[in-house]
Amino acid sequence: MGLQGWRNVLALKTSKNNNRAAWQRAFPVPLSHSQITRLYSRFHSLDKGENGALSREDFQRIPELAINPLGDRIINAFFPEGEDQANFRGFMRTLAHFRPVEDNEKNKDLTSGEPLNSRTNKLLFAFRLYDLDRDDKISRDELLQVLRMMVGVNISDEQLGSIADRTIQEADTNGDMCISFSEFIKVLEKVDVEQKMSIRFLH
Amino acid sequence: MKKRMKMLLLLGFCCGMVFGDQNRSDPHDQRVFPVLSINYDYVQMPFEVSLWILLASLMKLGFHLLPVLSGVVPESCLLIVVGLLVGGLIRVMGKNPPVLDSQLFFLCLLPPIILDAGYFLPIRPFTENAGTILTFAVLGTLWNVFFMGAVLYGACRLEAGRLASVDLLSCLLFGSIVSAVDPVAVLAVFEEIHINELLHILVFGESLLNDAVTVVLYHLFEEFAHAGEVTVGDVFLGVVCFFVVALGGVLVGGVYGVLAAFTSRFTSHTRVIEPLFVFLYSYMAYLSAEVFHLSGIMALIACGVVMRPYVEANISHKSYTTIKYFLKMWSSVSETLIFIFLGVSTVAGPHAWNWTFVSITIVLCLLSRVLGVVGLTYIINKYRMVKLSGKDQFIVAYGGLRGAIAFSLAFLLSSDDFPMKDMFLTAIITVIFFTVFVQGMTIRPLVDLLAVKKRKQSKCSINEEIHTQFLEHLLAGIEGVCGHYGHHHWRHKLNRFNKRYIKRCLIGGERSQEPQLISFYNKMELKQALMLLESNSSANLSAGVTAAIPRQRSRKTLNISKEREEEIRKILRGNLQKTRQRLCSYSRHTLKPDAEDDDWSETRLRKQRVEMERRMSHFLTVPALPESPPARRARVESV
Repeated sequence: MGLQGWRNVLALKTSKNNNRAAWQRAFPVPLSHSQITRLYSRFHSLDKGENGALSREDFQRIPELAINPLGDRIINAFFPEGEDQANFRGFMRTLAHFRPVEDNEKNKDLTSGEPLNSRTNKLLFAFRLYDLDRDDKISRDELLQVLRMMVGVNISDEQLGSIADRTIQEADTNGDMCISFSEFIKVLEKVDVEQKMSIRFLH
Repeated sequence: MKKRMKMLLLLGFCCGMVFGDQNRSDPHDQRVFPVLSINYDYVQMPFEVSLWILLASLMKLGFHLLPVLSGVVPESCLLIVVGLLVGGLIRVMGKNPPVLDSQLFFLCLLPPIILDAGYFLPIRPFTENAGTILTFAVLGTLWNVFFMGAVLYGACRLEAGRLASVDLLSCLLFGSIVSAVDPVAVLAVFEEIHINELLHILVFGESLLNDAVTVVLYHLFEEFAHAGEVTVGDVFLGVVCFFVVALGGVLVGGVYGVLAAFTSRFTSHTRVIEPLFVFLYSYMAYLSAEVFHLSGIMALIACGVVMRPYVEANISHKSYTTIKYFLKMWSSVSETLIFIFLGVSTVAGPHAWNWTFVSITIVLCLLSRVLGVVGLTYIINKYRMVKLSGKDQFIVAYGGLRGAIAFSLAFLLSSDDFPMKDMFLTAIITVIFFTVFVQGMTIRPLVDLLAVKKRKQSKCSINEEIHTQFLEHLLAGIEGVCGHYGHHHWRHKLNRFNKRYIKRCLIGGERSQEPQLISFYNKMELKQALMLLESNSSANLSAGVTAAIPRQRSRKTLNISKEREEEIRKILRGNLQKTRQRLCSYSRHTLKPDAEDDDWSETRLRKQRVEMERRMSHFLTVPALPESPPARRARVESV
């Protein structure tokens, strides 16, 4: 869909709140008009092959991701299960997690389900980056992999292993030697996730 | 033996008398050699200083023995009251009470407090809210100054009478002195109410950064008053001056901070004087900035912030503890002294009371602060991700306390240029009393009433550290995807620059290659091991004294033969004696790790320490030297 096509979709949105339901039915991602336009132009500039979808090579061309220790995992987050192409809807859906939490959204009725950028959903996104095999648990090996990526090659395996053991021991409340999602939430309850996982770009 | 001693004493006495006689130039004077004489002038200065500091420390001790009082009234109020009493006492005795000398205040009493604040400044919240803090500090203070100056001038015009001689420039100068939020007072009150980190850093950061504005405006208006006339060019130069003062101060502090970090790289053989470098470099930064009329406070903060990560990586654990405790001690004593002296100066100083002026000043202080905070927050909230609510705004406005800096600045005014200096001083003291007593005492119940979020007691948790770093990497990546050069992007770049270049220069040895996560983990393990050692040793010491019955019980179950027991006792006794002989001599220049142990349970402690060291060395292993790269990468790949 070209930019004009998206503009037509956006024309559904009016500034009156009573049309919000119609808007959300057509477009279940909580982003505003200007934000979507900006994201679309970015999507377009990344899409070198001009085929309306991004491949992994397009992402790997971004210099910031190349030097990032978690680069591969971030790229994977944009591609849904088993697919190799990321369309604009998926792109936006992933990025919508990082929208700042608005005060008036807290009072919004929850009949439409929790918005993508709520605290729980933000944490779920981060959790899924740890938990590659999608079994809803961070095992010791998965933790070791992430630690190794963040810490580099100079640290011995034993030291990293003891850190991982210590981490799991601190978080684990039900004794299964893995960190489940609820334990993950509990451990991060003092961290200001709403501010840490928000980008001003999507403000 | 005793007879000989008596003869010697007598001889010495006679010699003394002879010498005493020979030293007397006056032949008529046949005074006896003074065995006991008083020479107070010789020690007067240090003696009085020590007496004041002792008084301050005893007061501090006394307050905490009265929990009822210290729960309701903040410490600063009680100290001012003590100062009033002491000043009254001195006046009753007929002497003139000493006034808070501005030079003493700015050069001796203020730097420890600011260094303590700057060295332990929580960097992350500070940089995250830097925009907000700067807005409040610069724009807020400017608004306060001009609003107060203008309205006061108008009021003086209307009032006529004694106030007619107060011109606009004097009013503006008075406004600039009284508007600045004082870091000492803010620290003293906010320390006790434990509000959440965001509000604490907002008010405290503002009080630190508005020093630049205050310094510039103060010198500006003083110069104008001296010169007599103001041109547009002067105003423009004033604006330039502000940038020079602020940035210059930060630059001076940064340079000294780098020097301190670099010096600490080479101190591995002289651990004893490590803390001294930290203190000296910081103090030099402050003094150097003051030489050029730059902002000394910002220099001190910048120095502490810059040098801290590198110095902490280089120095020993004991030096770190020493620095921490010395800073806390000095800043605590300074704060106590400042408040006591404020009380004493109130009794001492020449006062010129003027109902109109003082009451208008107090009302204006509150009004301009509230208006400034509300107005600025409206603008700031458009740019913030986490907005400031009404409650937050109220606390920020209410927490704008004035303190001793305002008093000292007013004291420095020359009486020739400002004939109404006494009136200013009285008004400032009244404002300080009002803010510290009324606002200081009521802020705690108000915080409870409004249910403002309190500071969360965070134990340092390895989980939080790992996940926070994880999120930072994640956000930097996402910002890269969006093409947005935001907060995380620049922080990421700064971290990489730091790791690649700066850490290599400023951190000695292998610690320069250590990732932040590993050093955090090591610190945590060390802390835990030390805690375990302390708790074990104290448990065993008390067990040895009190547990008679459990020992008998264990003896029954042990079943050792009598000869075996005798053998064990002999071995233990022999070892205990040996360790006493093995004590090494204490040298002032080096600190051997176990020079002080002289306890009867030393062997037990030794055994535990060995066990603890084994555990610690397991966790603190020097990172393995990288093997040949291809083999290493293959290992990583296989994980």
